[in-house]
Amino acid sequence: MGSISLQHVKKSFGEVQIIPDISLDIKDGEFVVFVGPSGCGKSTLLRLIAGLEDTTSGQILLDGEDMTKAPPARRGLAMVFQSYALYPHMSVRDNIAFPLKMAKAPKALIDQKVEYAARTLNLSSYLDRRPRALSGGQRQRVAIGRAIVREPKAFLFDEPLSNLDAALRVNMRLEITELHQQLKTTMIYVTHDQVEAMTMADRIVVLNAGNVEQFGSPLDLYKKPANRFVAGFIGSPKMNFIDGPEAAKHNAHSIGVRPEHFKLATTATSGTWKGKVGVAEQLGSDTFLHVHVEGLGLMTIRTDGDQTFNHGDDVYLTPDPTRIYRFDASGVAI
Amino acid sequence: MATAQTRTLSRVMMAPAVIVLLIWMIVPLVMTLWFSFQNYSLINPMMTGFAGWGNYLYVIGDPSFTQSLVNTLILVCGVLVITIVGGTLLALLLDQPIWGQGILRIIVISPFFVMPPVAALIWKNGFMHPGYGMLGHLWKAFGLQPVDWFNQYPLFSVIVIVAWQWLPFATLILLTALQSLSEEQREAAEMDGANAINRFYYIIMPHMARSITIVILIQTIFLLGIFAEIRVTTGGGPGYASTNIAFLVFRTGILSNDIGAGSAGGVVAVIIANVVAIFLMRAVGKNLDA
Repeated sequence: MGSISLQHVKKSFGEVQIIPDISLDIKDGEFVVFVGPSGCGKSTLLRLIAGLEDTTSGQILLDGEDMTKAPPARRGLAMVFQSYALYPHMSVRDNIAFPLKMAKAPKALIDQKVEYAARTLNLSSYLDRRPRALSGGQRQRVAIGRAIVREPKAFLFDEPLSNLDAALRVNMRLEITELHQQLKTTMIYVTHDQVEAMTMADRIVVLNAGNVEQFGSPLDLYKKPANRFVAGFIGSPKMNFIDGPEAAKHNAHSIGVRPEHFKLATTATSGTWKGKVGVAEQLGSDTFLHVHVEGLGLMTIRTDGDQTFNHGDDVYLTPDPTRIYRFDASGVAI
Repeated sequence: MATAQTRTLSRVMMAPAVIVLLIWMIVPLVMTLWFSFQNYSLINPMMTGFAGWGNYLYVIGDPSFTQSLVNTLILVCGVLVITIVGGTLLALLLDQPIWGQGILRIIVISPFFVMPPVAALIWKNGFMHPGYGMLGHLWKAFGLQPVDWFNQYPLFSVIVIVAWQWLPFATLILLTALQSLSEEQREAAEMDGANAINRFYYIIMPHMARSITIVILIQTIFLLGIFAEIRVTTGGGPGYASTNIAFLVFRTGILSNDIGAGSAGGVVAVIIANVVAIFLMRAVGKNLDA
């Protein structure tokens, strides 16, 4: 069991208010990702749940029990840190066994659980090494192993993949998602990478300046962003925003079109917006075109990788009329 | 960078410094060795000539030598234990966020800046004197007989003074070690359910092991040659109760005017220091491997 409920949680450091007021309900077994730009308070929120920071006001409930003032050890949560925070002088085995040893578990049980964790995470042949002798990905697994042996109510991940290289990050992303399928334990995962958020989460919390902008499933956020911030943050490349008279035609203060929702043509007849190709980023599968549209500015367009474009080519863009997002003056979606 | 030309040039440029340093070290050492095999007494100019191993047998055979050796070991170990245990505790305290931390740290470190004879004088007259020392007054305030520290517990008194001087050094080194422990490791241990004592034992102590090794090595080197504190307070007495090897060399060579035997004692002291150094490196040096 591991449902987590935040009720009007506030956090300030002295005069500085980091989290003005957040209420969230995370169901048992859910994989929730906190995502947002750096400094949005997502790590602070995680540390509040972990008990590593004191909550200024509000309540944190774990399985319905008020844990706002409880010390971290009593909350029954496990955390994986960005730096892994392995104990450098202990072997991998001792690292994984440490929480059980602190809980005074019998030796036989410790051995059994460590063996199990090591098998699950492919660490069996490294058990007697020191963390120093492991690669980044292996260290990450040890940190996860140390978390799973405790059989916690929930796992908290604080940007665990940001120290890994790109290929390994994709791998570990899959492994963590798979681990969640296996264990079915609640997981809260903090990241600034919207791709990680989209691919891993059951539900995503988008945070900005300490406020929850939107809380919903990845596709909900993609299809029905609540406001301009979420629309701009979710999706890659970023959504194109257009203000002024062009937006007024759609009865909105500003409109947004995703790069993948354009029809692209090279002849004048079909195009609504005319532009010149600036940079063409060719990825093979896709090509991202940065087009200077007359009167509207720079726009990113996603197209398939088969057509080739050169700097200075004239192109004509038609936004998909059913997929134009409209926002009012305060940025809220209409 | 390291072409043949720059190597030659750098050697030529370094040569004067190296040569001066070598002479500075070699000449006194050779002179000491030379004198240690000579009959050379300042009160008996007629006694000259080669002494063979006579001076060595005289120094080592004397009962005061064994006592000095034991005293040296007690002094070194006693100060090490006090400074490392006390230094660790002080470092843990100073690591806590408190008001006026900067000033407090400077105050804690200040005894290290007091010169040894001055420190010894402060303790001798200010604290430990049975007639007008602070401790004497304290004892009297409780209606007790003041302790005559330097007569009743001479070696212990010297240990206290030296430990007072070296405690800041240990505290400083251990404090920096403590501060270099990653915050996330402490938090991870906290999440793992380790209480304060377990965190200290399993996380903080192993982290500080290397710094403790360094403190032991550096302090041992200096503590083997403690001299000023003994000279100022007890004068090595009563009897030989607070005489260490360094002070024994001084007593033999300078006070008894026997340069030959004093030099022999000096050579023995150098050998002992080297033996201790080798032994120490074997015992704790493995902590220094990264």
